[in-house]
This record gives sequence, structure tokens and C-alpha cells, in this order.
Amino acid sequence: MSSVTTRLACKPGDYKSDLKPIWCPGCGDYHVLMSFTRAFAKLGLPPEQITVVSGIGCSSRIPAYTSCYGFHGVHGRSLALAAGLKVTRPDLTVVVASGDGDGYSIGGNHFLHACRRNIDMTYVVMDNRIYGMTKGQPSPTTEPEFDTALTPGGTGVAPFHPLVVALASGANFIARCFSGQPNETADVLVEAIKHPGFSFVEILSPCVTFRPDEQDWKEQVRPAPVAATNDQGKAARRLMTDDGFNLGILYRGNRAPFQPAIGVSSIDLSELEKDFEL
Amino acid sequence: MTASPSISIAIIGSGGSGALTTVNFLLEVASSAGWHGLFTRTLGPQIRGGEAAGLLRLAVHPVDCPPDQFDLIIGIDWLNAHRFGAEIKAGPKTLVISDPRGGEPPPMVTQSGAHVVEIPMKEMAKSISGGRPNMIALGIASRLLGFTVEQMLAPIAKQLSGKGAAAIEASRAGIKAGFAAAAGIKLDVKLAAPSPSDARRWLLSGNEATALGAIRGGVRFAAAYPITPATEILEWLSPSLAKVGGILLQAEDELAAINMIIGSSYGGTPALTATSGPGLSLMIEAIGLATASEIPIVVVDVMRGGPSTGIPTKSEQTDLNIAIYGLHGDAPHLVLAPQSVADCLFTTQWATYLAEALQTPAIVLSDQFMGQARAAIERPADVAFIGARAVATDMSSAYKRYALAPGGVSAMAIPGTPGGQYTADGLTHSEFGIPTSSAADHLAQLDKRRDKLERFNYGDHWASIEGSGELALITWGSLTGAAREAVGRAAADGVDVRVIAPRLLAPVQPERLAAALDGVKRILVVEQTHSGQFHRYLRAHYDLPAPVRAFHRPGPLPITAGEIHRAIMDWR
Repeated sequence: MSSVTTRLACKPGDYKSDLKPIWCPGCGDYHVLMSFTRAFAKLGLPPEQITVVSGIGCSSRIPAYTSCYGFHGVHGRSLALAAGLKVTRPDLTVVVASGDGDGYSIGGNHFLHACRRNIDMTYVVMDNRIYGMTKGQPSPTTEPEFDTALTPGGTGVAPFHPLVVALASGANFIARCFSGQPNETADVLVEAIKHPGFSFVEILSPCVTFRPDEQDWKEQVRPAPVAATNDQGKAARRLMTDDGFNLGILYRGNRAPFQPAIGVSSIDLSELEKDFEL
Repeated sequence: MTASPSISIAIIGSGGSGALTTVNFLLEVASSAGWHGLFTRTLGPQIRGGEAAGLLRLAVHPVDCPPDQFDLIIGIDWLNAHRFGAEIKAGPKTLVISDPRGGEPPPMVTQSGAHVVEIPMKEMAKSISGGRPNMIALGIASRLLGFTVEQMLAPIAKQLSGKGAAAIEASRAGIKAGFAAAAGIKLDVKLAAPSPSDARRWLLSGNEATALGAIRGGVRFAAAYPITPATEILEWLSPSLAKVGGILLQAEDELAAINMIIGSSYGGTPALTATSGPGLSLMIEAIGLATASEIPIVVVDVMRGGPSTGIPTKSEQTDLNIAIYGLHGDAPHLVLAPQSVADCLFTTQWATYLAEALQTPAIVLSDQFMGQARAAIERPADVAFIGARAVATDMSSAYKRYALAPGGVSAMAIPGTPGGQYTADGLTHSEFGIPTSSAADHLAQLDKRRDKLERFNYGDHWASIEGSGELALITWGSLTGAAREAVGRAAADGVDVRVIAPRLLAPVQPERLAAALDGVKRILVVEQTHSGQFHRYLRAHYDLPAPVRAFHRPGPLPITAGEIHRAIMDWR
């Protein structure tokens, strides 16, 4: 997070726009929006100092539902767009919102390189293990036997493990939240935004329409039994062996964020011509 | 022997022979002495080894195209020279210097009637401690072109300054030996003396000129994914942007590169990426995003042979279609094309200015020929095109990012500005930027984005127009130089031809072209494509008031002035 002047008496409502979300009634993403606005209020950031960047999908509609600056770009490329924004505007707080299809499938390569690059931003993936906006196709986190019209009888392909991928790729902060716990999620988002470098927060966010079974998640989630570690080896073992329902901050690294110097030098443009003069 | 306004030299050798370095020295010396020059390289796909040829044209006037045939060819060796035989044309007046131990000259040389003189460059180099055959070749070329040994040594001493006195001495001895060996050998042409000029002189590639133009136009962020033949733009920008307070970021792929520059520009920092055909294909979706969300960006496409991987190291003009029509939906944007190494600077600077002024993507279609050619030119004049977008500052009433303003350009709020918050969106949106599928909003915003491009006054820079003949030659891009030269030859034959080369390819300028074509009786369209993309583009968008013939062929061989001259003379 960049240094900002804290404003007094910021309310979550200050960070909400007047737009009515297109989400289905009961969608987990409503709670994620609530967590966003609560986190921003806790941080006391002026809304104009925050930019929420997203791609395509149900979760990616979130920028316009905030009162912050936003960019709703093309499918899968939000992290790249956010990287270009943040390195040239390090004064802004950049939050990237995505889903399991947008972030892990079409945007998978950018996920690896955003973790590796470790630019100071927060990446929130609302994982509902389904493509909702296109009406129910399997994503990289869908269970292999989950039956869909596109994959009758299931994909037969094991889901991948985004938190392990993030750790292996160099993410500096890794957490898992559940949308049904907006206060806890807001607290984690506050920590994620404050933590220097690339922070990755997976939010389990049930799809009530195509994955009604995910209503059971509220019974399955639990606080992670151990505190966050800064040891990548320990974090790797823990993430590889968990069942996907341990919540909280699971890894806090101490890599220095990547921020090339900007605006430091400013020579006269005619100096550049010396490269070509005979 | 007659004095010629231009002379062409090719030096061929296997990789590591120093053939290209030798040609570069010749160019530096000649341009210091006041000549203009153009240096192109031809080489296989190998990174090291293989065969390389440096092709140099020196002249008393600006040089923007390859020669029809070479006056002097020096073969340090001929191992794989047949590979580029077709590009290095010889004739009965050509002098060929050949090392008897460097293999047989290829048929294109032996069957041309060229005069072949053998000089054992390798053996001579062996007799010098630290000697290299390319320095012998440089000595030979120096004498034949009328330069002195001392003239040649100046740039060599500069380049070898880190390698010690022995290396410089070895070069001097090599050049002297070559110079002596060329005694008594006659070259059929002599380069005319350059006209005196006080102009400052530059030596640079089209790709470097492109990069400088971008910075002059205001670009302070670049995202980079390496691709032949565009990488030099990014490699020059990396340290240069840092010097002016900017940043270059290496992207993981072209999809990231294009989105990074959109992010930068959204944040208020003018931004560019450079690529070639395969990369442009990957970037197209996001260029549509920049069109819809009205984010200014500059995308330079240094065109190479296509489709697919094609011929990465050779030129074509075959990305015209994708640049103009590649975006899905109705997505008006700017497409511009520089016409020479020097014009790469102007056109990229102008493109940056236009992109910022019109809040839209600008695709700049350069090509491998001018992008990777090194030219000796007079310093281009400074121009006042510096990007400045309309920025929203007055937030006293509810801010409409996409307000239907007169002229179509609406003020853009930069993140950090209180009260300007909006969400930039690729979804069809209202004036406030709110997603909508309303027919009225869709039409209003389509009109807005069309009108801002079509109502803008682009001025005379839209094209270069020369001459007033009844035959109009319409061409574009790097072929403009060859077309001008062909028209000069036609004039010497008593045929007046006017040349029209649009620099602004989109939006189209039908009224301006109609004025330029006033009174023409015949039209000749010249381009480097297999399918006639430019011809079809002209047919689709312009009223061509006279019978049209099209001369087009694909790469990899550059189209010469001689070919265009024949096309002109065939249609009188």
C-alpha cells in the first residue's frame, strides 16, 4: 500500500457506487463487495486513490460497484493492465479482482508472472469453481466429476491448486477467505493491501445458481489451525496438504516489491540525440 | 569514368568475418564526409555463423531504397552466398573482388558478366599480427571509393579504443595492405562529391528513429516483448526512457504488453509497445478495448514476411489488412505509416500526438526494411507535435467520462483526481461509463468515436504528394523511396508522374485524395504484398477517377526503383 493521508470517519458506504449489481440473489460476490468497502473504510483511503481493475466474468463486474476508479478490461488480462498502471502510478492503491476462469484459465500465464514480478498490488480471486456468466462450464478449480453440458460426466481432469502456484511463483502474501464471513475477509484484505508486494487473496464465493452445492461451504470452512508463516517450505507443505477450506493468512513473505525508478531523471530530450550524432 | 550521384557496395562473408562491421565503418566515414547512405543487412536465421552480407548505398542525396544492382561486390568468402544471390544483383559494369581461397563466387556473379579480380584477403591477413580479412576488404573498398587509410582509421580507433593499441595497429596494417592491393584496379563509377551542408548529421536505424519519435511525442512508458524485427525499438527505449524519467517493463507475452500500456495510459502516462505481425495478432483484442474505453496508446508494428512466422528477417507490407480491419466490432482507430528511416521519427511522434489528442489507439506500420536499415541522414527538423490529452479537472457537476462533447473528444479523468472516479469499460457504456445495452447509448457512443476521428483536421501531413503528371503512382510505407527514385528516372525519360503516399491510412481521407488525383488519366498502385491489400483498400474507400493498374509482389526481396520504373514505362 502506498502512503496516504488517513481521512477520519470513512464509512463503507463511501466506497459503494449507486449501481445495482447484476449478480444473482444470494451470490457470494455481494459479500465480497461488502468486504471491499469495509476494508477500504478501515484503511481510510480516499476513493480516488484506489483503482480496482478486473477482467471478464461475474466477479469482474465489481469495479463499477465501488466508488473508486475502475477498469473493466478484457478477459484474463487484468493483472497486466494493473502492472502498467501501478509501475507508472506507484502513488495509487491497486486492487485487482478476478474469478477462477478469468484468473486461472485464460489469465493463468499473467498470474505466474504477476506473482514473480511482485509489484505492490492486491489480487483477489473470487473462486466459485464454475464459469457463471456463460452458464455453468468447468473452470480450472472445478472437481473432475462435476457434470456440465460442456463436459457430460465431468472433465476427468484434476483441479489445480492456485495457492500452491502462487507460492511457487513468488507471491509475497497468500490468504484464503470465505465470502460468507465479510468482516474476517475485510480484515484479511486490509492486511493484504498493507503488505508490500504482490498479495494474493482467494475468496471462496459460492455460485448459488450453477453450484448450489457450494452453500455447504459455510459448514466446511474453518480458521487455519496455525498462524501465517514466512517460511516458503513450511507454507508449501501446508498448502499442498490442506483441503481447500483453511481460512486466514497462510503465508507472509518478505521479498522487496518490484518498482522501477520513475520520474527520477529528467534530462533534456536533445541529450538523447547524442546516440545518433556523428 | 563518370561521376555518379550514388554508388552501391556489397560485402559478403561468413558469420564472424566482420563483413557487416566493415560496411558500417564505410557508412560512418562516408556520412562524416557529407554523403547520405543506407545500410541494410541480409543474413540467414542463424544467430552466429552462417553467411552475412552488408549492403551499402552511398549518394549525394537522401537514400531510401535499395539499388537495382551493385557497383562493387567484395566476397571475403562465398560459402553460402547463393542464399542471397537474388538480392545482390551484379551486371557487366560490376567489379567483384574475390578471395581465391573463399570458394567459388555464386552464379549470380559469374553469369552477370561482372569483372572479377582475385585478391587473397585471408592470406594477406595472416601475414599481419592480429590481422583480419575484413580490414583488408575495408582497405580495398577505401581505395576504390576514394577514401584514405587515415579517414577509415578514425571510427575504428574509436570502436577499438578498449582493445588496446595492438588491435588498432593490426587494423591499420590490414587497411593499408588492402589499400595497396587495390592499386591499379578500376571501378567503373566514381561517387560525385557531396554538396556542402552545415546540417548536423545523424546515423541511425528506422527502429531507433521510431523510438526517439515516441519519446518526443510524449511516451514515457513502454511494455516490451521481444520479436524480430521490432526489438531494437524496445532496446533503445529501455535506457532512453529511464533518462527522461520513464519506464520500460518487459512483459510475459504480447497480451500482457498491450494491456500494460493500456493500464499506464489510463493512469495518465502516454505509452507504447512495439511488435511485429505475430505479436500484433495477439494484441488486437486489447486494441479494441482501448478503442472502446478511449484510452490513447501507440502500437508500432514493424512488418515482416507473413502469414504466421513467415520470414522474420525480411520485409513485407502485408499487415495492412489486420491493422485496419483486424478489430472486431465497429472500432475506428488510427493507422499511420512512416515512409523512410527519417520519417519513422516524424510519423511515430505524430502518431503519439494524434493518439493523445483523439484518445484512441494508433497503429504505426513500419517495416523490416526501414526499421533495421541504418541511414546517414541530415538531422530531421523539430516538430511541435507533443501529445496532450484533454484532462478533466472541473468536477463541479457529475462527471461524464464519455460525454457527447462537440468534436467527440471528452475530457479524461486521471486516477487520483477527486470526483472523477469512473470505470473504464470495454462493455458498451453510457456517457457516465455505466454498462448498458441500450440502442441509443450504443449508437451515441459509436457516433462519438467515429466523429472524433473523422472530424479532426489532420492537415497536410496525411500524405506526401509530389509532381503533377497525368499518371499518379499511389504507394505507401517504405516503398515511397523506391517510388520517388523510379519517378525521377521516368522524368529523365520524359514521363511526368505524380507520387501520392498516404502517411495516414485510417481514418481514410477521400476528399484529400480526390484533390490529389485531380486531372490524372492513369493510376499505378505499388505495394509489397502478394494479394494486393493496398489496392483493395484504395478500391474500397476511395473514388479512383481513372483506370488503375496494380504492381505488387511479396517479399522477401525488396522492390527496387528499377522494377517500379519498368511498371511506369509499361503504362504510358
